[in-house]
Amino acid sequence: MNKKDQDVIPRRSFLKEALWGGCLVGLGGLAGLSIARAKRSGLVWQIDPSKCIACGRCATHCVLEPSAVRCVHDFKVCGYCRICFGFFDPQPLAINEGAENQLCPTGALVRKFVEDPYYQYTVDESLCIGCGRCVKGCNAFGNGSLKLQVKHDICVNCNSCSIAEVCPTGAFRRIPAHHAYLWGI
Amino acid sequence: MTMGWALKTPLLSCLLWPGMVWAVERFPPPQFETDYVRPEVLLAKPRPVVWDYIDLAFLAIGLGTASWLAHRYRHRRAILGLMLASVLYLGFFRKGCICPVGAVQNVVLAIANSEYNLPLSVVFIFGLPLLFALFFGRVFCGAICPLGAVQDLVLLRPVAIPVWLESIGRLAAYIYLGLAIASTAISGVFLVCRYDPFVSAFRFSGNLYILILGGCILLIALFIGRPYCRFLCPYGVILRNLSRLTRRMISISPDKCIDCGLCAKACPFGAIRPPVTRPKGQAIATLKALLLWWVAASTIIMLAGFFLGSLAARGIARLDSTVQMASNLQAGSDGPSHIRDAVAAYLASGGTAEALLEKARVTLARYRMAGGLLGGWIGLVIGLKALGACIKWPQDGYRADPASCLACGRCFAYCPREHLRRGKLESHDH
Repeated sequence: MNKKDQDVIPRRSFLKEALWGGCLVGLGGLAGLSIARAKRSGLVWQIDPSKCIACGRCATHCVLEPSAVRCVHDFKVCGYCRICFGFFDPQPLAINEGAENQLCPTGALVRKFVEDPYYQYTVDESLCIGCGRCVKGCNAFGNGSLKLQVKHDICVNCNSCSIAEVCPTGAFRRIPAHHAYLWGI
Repeated sequence: MTMGWALKTPLLSCLLWPGMVWAVERFPPPQFETDYVRPEVLLAKPRPVVWDYIDLAFLAIGLGTASWLAHRYRHRRAILGLMLASVLYLGFFRKGCICPVGAVQNVVLAIANSEYNLPLSVVFIFGLPLLFALFFGRVFCGAICPLGAVQDLVLLRPVAIPVWLESIGRLAAYIYLGLAIASTAISGVFLVCRYDPFVSAFRFSGNLYILILGGCILLIALFIGRPYCRFLCPYGVILRNLSRLTRRMISISPDKCIDCGLCAKACPFGAIRPPVTRPKGQAIATLKALLLWWVAASTIIMLAGFFLGSLAARGIARLDSTVQMASNLQAGSDGPSHIRDAVAAYLASGGTAEALLEKARVTLARYRMAGGLLGGWIGLVIGLKALGACIKWPQDGYRADPASCLACGRCFAYCPREHLRRGKLESHDH
């Protein structure tokens, strides 16, 4: 810049330069502050099964369709009941795998004979919609081995999870990504 | 051994919820006599962190390329190509997330709420486009932002909007930015992401209303260039104001302007300003007097905004779920059923009434503070806009306004000097 030029423009340029520097420092400061708060591992959404009441909002409020919430079966806890309250309608016509006897609206829970009197129940994840009817039944009368969990291969990890906003018990929360499931095994 | 009793018991589904207990071994897991093995359940891990850095690398390389294309290579077609690549990667492949537009809120949440841990990559995703704006202008908007690109690609027949009208319309973006920051700081709600008009299109699923909103914006975008970017984008507000100070402005042609005005007609975003001569004598004195008045008036507008904002926030706070729950608890059993359910669920999960009331009180105070600040912010913006309308900096030749120029590269091909420079035309004047 020409030092002898005493016109308005150098003053304006000086102010502009100073403001530019200020913005750069401010941006650096903001980044520094955020980095101080930042962690290497991010957070993911997950359902705390101890708080979940299987109200069914997970199935209806996720931005994805079907929801990223699916039922997960903890076989170590399962009682392998012949009459599973997660599988059967409260008043089944018969104790068999007929669709009319099932609680699951999509037939995602598969019942298979193991040995008398035990039956294995497997969740067909491609059919599960996360409505939690089976979870509610199993929790109320069974061992509580069926649990709703956010599947991280499906979840897009929204900043404000629309299920978390409507979750009545605060069971939906952020947990560190390296321990991404809360289902007790 | 079998559970025959269960079949005979009438199952009362109304009993299900209040008496719900989690993971009780009512039926001990069996010891199998056959060689049955319990299946292993393997659940997919979250997306590995390395992808965050791949996104970041895409953004950094993209911004660098966009700067080079807009300042050196200067071909619209190349910028268009980068734009398409960006829509494919950041839009359809990454499903519109993460994007710097929404990252504003992550940074705000990290500062407001110490429980939230911000991924390191998000800091850079937020900061890189701003840094580039300080050096090269809004190259992010022009070629990288998938939201901008979607609108840019459908632009059919741009209609010119007067500068003053656009300036008033843009007030919406400033208010949106303020609202987004306030809502994230208060309740962790990400407004910008929720009302992201094109994210449903990128994901091929989502809320119907958002799809309709996106469709409407695209319809408008056929005739008004990039309406979301110009009138709503909260990140654009930060970018445009940093871009005012940019080191290198996008030049329509590096050579001397011949004042033909073709570029101004070609710009669909009304970002090119005609030459302005310097005011002389009396005009300068008038401007100085105006400046004094402006300082006084905008202080009053800001204070009024602060007052009105905190007043309005009291009303808005009534929509907050915590506040609603607390007032429901105090008032008794009346109120909408979902609030009653929420209160019941809160008390059932071990929360106390006192804690809820205290939380609601803190929330209310936060709302009033945020409302006041938001009102003050709107007042400040109105004041600054009024000042901007009075003052026109002198400039010779047609120039792109660094704040409004989106570095789309359309004007280059319209400039006759540029054609000469590239050797596509023969010069006759020398």
